[in-house]
Amino acid sequence: MTVPLFEPWMVQALLPEILLLVLALLVLLVDAVWHGRSRTWLGWFTAIGLVATLVAGIVFSRPHADQGMIFGGMLRDDWLAFTFRILFLFSAAITALLTTGVKGVRQKGEFYALLVVATLGMNLMAAAADLVMLYLAIETTSIPLYVLAGFLKQDDKSTESGLKYFLFGALTSTVMLYGFSLLYGLAGGTNLYLLAELLRAGEVSPSVLAGVLILVLVGFGFKISMVPFHFWSPDVYEGAPTPITAFVSTASKAAGFAVLVRVLLAAFPDVQAYWAPMLSILAVLTMTIGNLLALAQRNIKRLLAYSSVAHAGYVLIGLVSLSVFGVTSVVFYLAAYMVSNLAAFAVVILFARASGSDEIKEYAGLSRRSPGLALALMVALLSLAGMPPLAGFVGKLYVFAAAVESGLIWLAVVGVLNSIIGLYYYLTVLKVVYLYRSEYEDKAIGVPRTYALALGLCVLAIIVIGTLSAPWLAWATQAASSLF
Amino acid sequence: MTFPILSIIVFTPIAAGLLILLIPAERKTAIRVAALTAATIDLGLSLVAYVSYDMAAGGYQMAEKIPWIPQLGVSYHVAVDGMNLPLVLLTGVVMFTGVLISWGIDDRPREFFAFLFILATGVFGVFVAQDLFQLFFFYEIAVFPMYLLIAIWGWQVTREYAAMKLTLYLFIGSVVALVGGLALYYTAGLRSFDLLELQQAAQAGAFSGTVSLFGAAVPFQVFWFPVVFFGFAVLGGIFPLHNWSPDGHVAAPTAVSMFHAGVLMKLGAFAALRVGIMLLPEGARYWSGLILVLATVNVVYGAFIAMVQTDFKYVIGFSSVSHMGLVMLGFATLNREGLTGAGLQMFSHGVMTALFFAVVGMVYDRAHTREIPKLGGFAKVMPLVAVAFIVGGLVSMGMPGFSGFVAEFPIFMGLWQRQPVIALIAAIAIVVTAAYIMRVIGRVFFGAMPAEFEGHIGPITRKDKLALVILAGILILIGIYPAVMAPMVQSGADAVLRLFGGA
Repeated sequence: MTVPLFEPWMVQALLPEILLLVLALLVLLVDAVWHGRSRTWLGWFTAIGLVATLVAGIVFSRPHADQGMIFGGMLRDDWLAFTFRILFLFSAAITALLTTGVKGVRQKGEFYALLVVATLGMNLMAAAADLVMLYLAIETTSIPLYVLAGFLKQDDKSTESGLKYFLFGALTSTVMLYGFSLLYGLAGGTNLYLLAELLRAGEVSPSVLAGVLILVLVGFGFKISMVPFHFWSPDVYEGAPTPITAFVSTASKAAGFAVLVRVLLAAFPDVQAYWAPMLSILAVLTMTIGNLLALAQRNIKRLLAYSSVAHAGYVLIGLVSLSVFGVTSVVFYLAAYMVSNLAAFAVVILFARASGSDEIKEYAGLSRRSPGLALALMVALLSLAGMPPLAGFVGKLYVFAAAVESGLIWLAVVGVLNSIIGLYYYLTVLKVVYLYRSEYEDKAIGVPRTYALALGLCVLAIIVIGTLSAPWLAWATQAASSLF
Repeated sequence: MTFPILSIIVFTPIAAGLLILLIPAERKTAIRVAALTAATIDLGLSLVAYVSYDMAAGGYQMAEKIPWIPQLGVSYHVAVDGMNLPLVLLTGVVMFTGVLISWGIDDRPREFFAFLFILATGVFGVFVAQDLFQLFFFYEIAVFPMYLLIAIWGWQVTREYAAMKLTLYLFIGSVVALVGGLALYYTAGLRSFDLLELQQAAQAGAFSGTVSLFGAAVPFQVFWFPVVFFGFAVLGGIFPLHNWSPDGHVAAPTAVSMFHAGVLMKLGAFAALRVGIMLLPEGARYWSGLILVLATVNVVYGAFIAMVQTDFKYVIGFSSVSHMGLVMLGFATLNREGLTGAGLQMFSHGVMTALFFAVVGMVYDRAHTREIPKLGGFAKVMPLVAVAFIVGGLVSMGMPGFSGFVAEFPIFMGLWQRQPVIALIAAIAIVVTAAYIMRVIGRVFFGAMPAEFEGHIGPITRKDKLALVILAGILILIGIYPAVMAPMVQSGADAVLRLFGGA
């Protein structure tokens, strides 16, 4: 298989990434020349740029039917990359909108530029077909995110968040890189799609390969916050500026999964017998530990952090089902989870703007202060809990169905039992919102139009994905099929 | 295309609920009027559906089927037959009277009616569902709003505890049943969630394989039946999974108790029948002995516990546990009399218990206590309420001339054929029921009124009266003229029996 290094049509496949690069530079440029007082439109500018990229990506960069590899086998032009790209761009655009009202970051051009660069890295992660490219993409994503997490220099928690994220990320990424180098040594090549064959030809013993795979999984496990590589997430989520928390918990996690499914299914089909049971057990641990720790949280950002750990566990169920439907459910679940989590964080940001607190007990009386906001939070949390008619219900159903289809009934049972723990802690938040009284009940929480738009979009998406899931399922199936 | 009456019944409440959310919170009268309008439409349409069911043709009617998630064989498929149509009517009745009774709710009535109506859509959706996915979808929609309705508007002493307990119990039950449902779906291998298609597959032997359990080969139906049946039966209040129900009933505000005991518990029983018994007849036959025993415990134990309660509402709460046991007993007989009786009991108990909870609510709103020893003499100040309660009480005892007799008599006939000993034991409960009902009537409505209530007990509103008259009227109508419902339910029971190779 020889893939030409460059042909003009390949530019089209890479158009969204090129546009993102241009956008990042434009944001910096505009930031440098504009010195007005009201600079919150920088967020709008970034969001519009991201949406334009999204539209351009959908219109011009649909995968070529017969072409897989591009740029000499560095990237892959397929529906999986295409679908994840849309998810990342959507999440980034919402994040940009959610930043417009956050003090300390809303007027900073470099904040938005870094956001765009991180998105660019994620796009490349989802498309990477070569270990070298993959590593570069992961770092392009991670480094801006470290900076973004620690962006609030005056705030100790944010600084701690950035540093912790960086130390964890650097360490796991080193281990992963070591795994990559061993892979190269064993196989003599770096292309993911040739790796399996090269390893077979080299007669590498499966147990050695499984050991190398564990090293690689350390890096991916960090990205998706899989137990036991989840320790960073509560602290990072709590300290980072909340829009970045939203972004890390949705887009960055989804990017990790995009890489995980591609690498495991494309490069390691021969050692499935090793990694599938291992990941099943890790899925159980991730769900259970995430949910149990979430029970004890008093801070909503930490609660959502642990819940996002648990969600990674549900997604892993879909992956270890090892079927087209399983990967479909992974893609679908991530989309459903993304819109739900973004909506939840939008409410968290709005609430913190008015009250300056992320403590769950401060949410008392929210349903009397701002009934609409309370309702939006309810929709988001119930979707995360997996209640119909919301997106999370269908997502969970598909994941569990995939497990049952593949005969992993025990895993589906563990999953549903976990979703009950999940329901419990989401309900305790809603209880505070709807039941408890506070002295601030007559002070409505202001919702700027930008936020109303972002929140409305997410809530609408939650309901639409939940009730009319057929077209999205078809899309996810198409994405999943490109791996089989 | 014919008039989609069932879909309109299903979606009117949720549409109304969302519209109500758009009304400004302070316009409470407008909110109530909108709620009553929607409830009236639904009651009217369910009556129309009930009357226009063609008894001669039988089977599933007024069907609508639209592909929903075609990749997985999920469709939106609704239809009614003799078994579920009375339950649709029941929901319409309880919804209408529930809105009438809730007129006085003053704390956030907008959210109250919106949540209540979302719940109503879930209930209607389950009753008419002919698709397994759809059934689960609406089942969860019916369960969740209960949490908020109880936690926000319920009795302050226990509401948080009761609401959480109820939600977790029901959610556990439903997700366990969901796993069972997925196993049925994949085992049938049709790539279809359609209940009728699954039913045909079941008849053709799709579920006759075995499951390997720790090396032993267990018949598929024997393994999965309890998962599905008991998963749903949690909501039907089956012993020993009934524990959430009295607490939930007591903590809930009046209209929600009515919905909860009157309609929601039937949801569990009905789903257990529709998915468990009808798709897995062999499993049902295997486990029916256990269900008989457990349901007998429900009936007898529930009645005895009701007997010793001093809280008026707990008496009714445990009476529901007892009466729902009769429904389960009827199912477990697996014969024509028993199933017909169970179907009638679901309707009769639904109306009766709605009536009971309405009465309890009216007494509590005026006396501000539910301790039976502290009450007395209410018949003098609220005669209609007393009459209504006595009607309900007679239904509850299974007195001829009231709907309770029409429902319970066939159950006992069926039970006698199946297992006379169980019939004898269960019959004890009727005596106990008579005792606790008499006690409540005597203590609460007759005797001397305590001095602190003299002159403080106001009359009930006209809307309350209307609700009571409707509920009591239905109980009497079915009692003296069972032909308005019994033949329809019997045709539904016959359809179930055909799956067992008999008719």
